[in-house]
Amino acid sequence: MSAAVPQGRRPHHLTAGRIGVYAFLVTAALFFMLPLWIMVVTSLKPMEEIRLGNILALPAAMTFEAWTKAWSSACTGLECNGISVGFWNSVRILIPSVILSIIAGAINGYALSFWRVKGANVMFGVLLLGAFIPYQVFLYPLVRIFSLTGIYNSLTCIVLVHVIFGLPTMTLLFRNYYAGLPIELFKAARIDGGGFWSIFLRVILPMSTPILVVATILQVTGIWNDFIFGLTFAGRENLPMTVQLNNIVNSTQGERAYNVDMAATMLAALVPLVVYFVSGRWFVRGIAAGAVKG
Amino acid sequence: MDTISIRAPSMPSGGTKTQRRVKTRLPAAIALLPTALIVLVVYIGCMLWTVRLSFTSSTLLPKLDWVGLAQYSRLFANDRFLTSASNIIIFGTLFISGCLIIGFLLAVFIDQNVRGEGLFRTIFLYPYAMSFVVTGVAWQWFLNPALGLQKLVRDMGFESFTFDWLVNQRMAIYTIVIAGLWHGAGLTMAILLAGLRGVDKDLWKAARVDGIPTWRVYTSVVLPLLRPMIVTAVVLLTTGVVKLYDLVVAMTLGGPGIATEVPAKFVMDHLFERNNIGLGTAAATIMLITVVSILAPWVYVRYVRPQGRHA
Repeated sequence: MSAAVPQGRRPHHLTAGRIGVYAFLVTAALFFMLPLWIMVVTSLKPMEEIRLGNILALPAAMTFEAWTKAWSSACTGLECNGISVGFWNSVRILIPSVILSIIAGAINGYALSFWRVKGANVMFGVLLLGAFIPYQVFLYPLVRIFSLTGIYNSLTCIVLVHVIFGLPTMTLLFRNYYAGLPIELFKAARIDGGGFWSIFLRVILPMSTPILVVATILQVTGIWNDFIFGLTFAGRENLPMTVQLNNIVNSTQGERAYNVDMAATMLAALVPLVVYFVSGRWFVRGIAAGAVKG
Repeated sequence: MDTISIRAPSMPSGGTKTQRRVKTRLPAAIALLPTALIVLVVYIGCMLWTVRLSFTSSTLLPKLDWVGLAQYSRLFANDRFLTSASNIIIFGTLFISGCLIIGFLLAVFIDQNVRGEGLFRTIFLYPYAMSFVVTGVAWQWFLNPALGLQKLVRDMGFESFTFDWLVNQRMAIYTIVIAGLWHGAGLTMAILLAGLRGVDKDLWKAARVDGIPTWRVYTSVVLPLLRPMIVTAVVLLTTGVVKLYDLVVAMTLGGPGIATEVPAKFVMDHLFERNNIGLGTAAATIMLITVVSILAPWVYVRYVRPQGRHA
């Protein structure tokens, strides 16, 4: 690769260095694709073929049976209604959690960057520090609090938990975005007599589209992929897809149906994958901005 | 903690300037109130509660007695916890350094004006969009000795090939590292690539004029320039290490035996399954102390010190 110079003109003929570059990238790409490939081909094979055949090979007798089974009749513990139950639970958890956590983050970010409220920076500092503290430190007392208030193991409970633990990232995201907006805009709105909410709704929010997109991507993938909160707070009736997937795969009695397992895994990965492929570069921007950028 | 203290105007309206200012800021303070309450009750309150419980003899139900450091001495005599602690050090070291090395290499190679750059980037990063449960299940299937990689290589004619790390007590933790690297290396690549794209183009021209080999420029000039991105990546990866739980649950369930137990799982198991709240909260407190001692200096420098807007 010593012959390769970035930013230069694309070479017209392949040198040994160029071949090396591509060889490395293609090998790496194959490694990254491998698990996805295996999941897809396994999910399309009947069990006999899985037992005897090559794990990498395309299915000889392709069948979607495993997908139907995974969706509607795979067993998660005692019940055998498939992972569709988990899918819809995840949807019911996802929608209110994403909306509420983004609203909370936007309001916080707005209040923090434009209004000097006493002690707000201290609160923000604690919140940020809280983002790095392992969830295990909060979980047990939180369970007790929710039990005492009677909402433990409910949809409300899991949504609330997602909003609470989404606060640091969402607040940081919006605060930083709003800090980059020209302050003159805000001052002009103040002179025109705008109050806290009217400036937010009429001036700030209409300018927030890019950061709303980033926040949505971040929250949709994050909440959809959550396991620990769903397991702890959602209750048996509302277990999200990740928890049900784990139950299907890891609590099976007798011989495991690998094709059904892989179909269920693909189904559980589908929503974040679609978000990822549709959002492209926004996805990276979201992770980088949300997590640490100041 | 007086996070939001707004003195109620004691005089009738139309008072001093300060009072008017306080009044106009009241809606902002009210808007921040729910978050302030959550910070107080959850982020501070629950944390202190957990720490307090670690000094009690609580088992199934929380008690508020005082047993001093008894839970901690039990904890550090507990094989499962000691294994968890050493596992997270192994995982953390290999995962973070592995992600940085692989991520840097991928970013540098992608930065060589290659065709299909977008495709490569997409392929390297897609695992990060998937959950740890999906990652764990996929790798568990691929690495299972009976039907996965081991069988594949044996069927190709290498009869004595053995790759049984997943079910091997001594090696199982490394399969978690492999799955973790697959999941997280692309993220590091994306962050470092963004950094590489920010490097001044004149730098390359100057280096070429001076006849400095490309690899030398990368290691001696570019790498130091990427420091902020590397710090970002390390912080992101570190939080991932601390949270390591779902991946283990989905892939090995802590096994074989206790070979792949990790602290987060130790806490969860003791709080919610093994009915040992005292021991579980003691382990959680140790996690807390570890994380705070690693991250507090960084958070302070990064966020708290530069106050105000445009911080």
